[in-house]
Amino acid sequence: MSAVVEALPSILYRPGEAHAFRAADADFLYLVPSGAIFRMEGLAREMIEQVRQRPMTRGDIVEFFSLRGHDIAEIEAMLDELDQAEVLTSNFSRRPPPVVPLQSFPLQRVVLNVTNQCNLACTYCYEYSADRIAQQDGKPKYMSADVAESAVEMLIQESAGREGLHITFFGGETLLNFSVMRSTVEYAKRRGAESGKRIEFSVTTNATLLTEEIVDFLSEHRIGVTVSIDGDQELNDRMRVFHDGRGSYSVIAPKIRNLLHRHRTNSIGARVTLTSQVNDVKRIYRHLTTELGFDSVGFSPATASPDRLYHIGTRKMDNILDSFTELAWEYRDYAVAGRQHGFTNVSDTLKELHSGVSKAYPCGAGVGLLGVGTAGDISLCHRFADAPVGKMGHVKNGGVDHEARREFLSTHHIGARFDCHTCWARPVCSGGCFHEGYIHYGRTSAANLHYCDWIRGWNDVCLHILGEISVRNPSFLERFEN
Amino acid sequence: MSRLNPVNKKARKVEQMIDAARGDVEALQKKSKASPGRIYYPMGCTLNFTPGWEVDNSGGTAGLCQPVERDLFDCYLGCGWPAQVPDHLNNAPDWTDKCSSAVNDWRKVDVVFP
Repeated sequence: MSAVVEALPSILYRPGEAHAFRAADADFLYLVPSGAIFRMEGLAREMIEQVRQRPMTRGDIVEFFSLRGHDIAEIEAMLDELDQAEVLTSNFSRRPPPVVPLQSFPLQRVVLNVTNQCNLACTYCYEYSADRIAQQDGKPKYMSADVAESAVEMLIQESAGREGLHITFFGGETLLNFSVMRSTVEYAKRRGAESGKRIEFSVTTNATLLTEEIVDFLSEHRIGVTVSIDGDQELNDRMRVFHDGRGSYSVIAPKIRNLLHRHRTNSIGARVTLTSQVNDVKRIYRHLTTELGFDSVGFSPATASPDRLYHIGTRKMDNILDSFTELAWEYRDYAVAGRQHGFTNVSDTLKELHSGVSKAYPCGAGVGLLGVGTAGDISLCHRFADAPVGKMGHVKNGGVDHEARREFLSTHHIGARFDCHTCWARPVCSGGCFHEGYIHYGRTSAANLHYCDWIRGWNDVCLHILGEISVRNPSFLERFEN
Repeated sequence: MSRLNPVNKKARKVEQMIDAARGDVEALQKKSKASPGRIYYPMGCTLNFTPGWEVDNSGGTAGLCQPVERDLFDCYLGCGWPAQVPDHLNNAPDWTDKCSSAVNDWRKVDVVFP
């Protein structure tokens, strides 16, 4: 390539697509779409600054910097490196087109909706609220052991060469069907051993039905637990109520303490749903960590149509970003001091930014993950269980509908989401949740445009934190290596 | 020499890719004396994408652009790269014993069966 470049001194350089940020008194570039992050110093930083002001020819750049005392060979080598890393681009830069869609996508995880029933009636629930898409008429309320075992067989069969597999138990309230969950864990362990697969488990629960027997079972089988809870009694009970309107906090708090005390073999995290009424991030985080004892807490806004009362409007989302940011700085201070902090929204984003993901799809739905409804219908993910869209076959009748899956993946690839093509956050965001898009815009393929500013703001905060950690305590990043 | 400073895993991969693109096959890393900084390729080497050795329709070679005698010994004796001739070092040390002058005796160079 350098021969071509030498033959064409008029080759014109422009800045490549990137997001620039400063942290710990250093300049960084987050490159798009590769997801690579470089710290910019010396000649490289000066070059990008010059080219940002105006596009420059190779000859201009060499002349400009050689007049300022740089060696020509050094300038040319740096220029080539910036071009190859796509920090700069030119009309001669090579950009191989992406392969769409993936040719092979072995299954890694299934989410079993073992029941569509729930003993709570949380106002915002996507399975029961006004925005529900599930059509449960004619579907059993509880998944049978037989259907669950067929789902395990499907997972093993569709996993191809993958060794580590995962089953998530979900609901409704999962523990309403604990008997099938228990028998499925035992079945999957046996079948995993026979087929050379390592199968791990997790469960999402509202914690109302946790007993000592269940906790011991979770601990014995190293089952990861996610507890849905929205904070202290006052905040939690605004939305998370029983059918008669009573709040759930006083029932779950002692059970959660017992769970955290007895179950030590896998992670137990709290998952908070933010709404217009419940959004005091710091207060919720403090309560769940210091009062209840959770190690990790993750937050997510409720998926809702804009006309729901609990929908968080733009202004409130901005406030939430501010409080997220405040808590994120606390994470940074902990990280710089080499300490663990439980705000998982930061650690999850840092993990993705550090590995430099460049996603073709926003999540694993339809790629490595599929949901299974109570009757055995396969769906895009658990949020589409028994919904009219995102159907992907049946665990007994023919298994995964590969044609539907392929069709979905080709129409939902980031390359087909035109709204995202000029956004610097697309390597991480990739257009956002299919379910969110469907509820908001009526199409699974719709980019979550109502979150764009939020996502860019959040990724910018996390990039700052990553940059700062990389300068002040780089060994902290080792935990994100694998 | 100043370089970019990779911060995350992907940036380290990008650096590796750039280094790999800069490198070349090790067997031909001998630098040319005629044009410094360039890699030396033996004349007639198959890496130059020439069609190989030729004779004209009367069996002569002298007037052709790529005659065998130009580089028979360059390939046979001097190059460790897998070539379209037997190798002198291990398998065919006496291959050109009857060929003291490639221009005159090239027909005496025989087929080799490994």
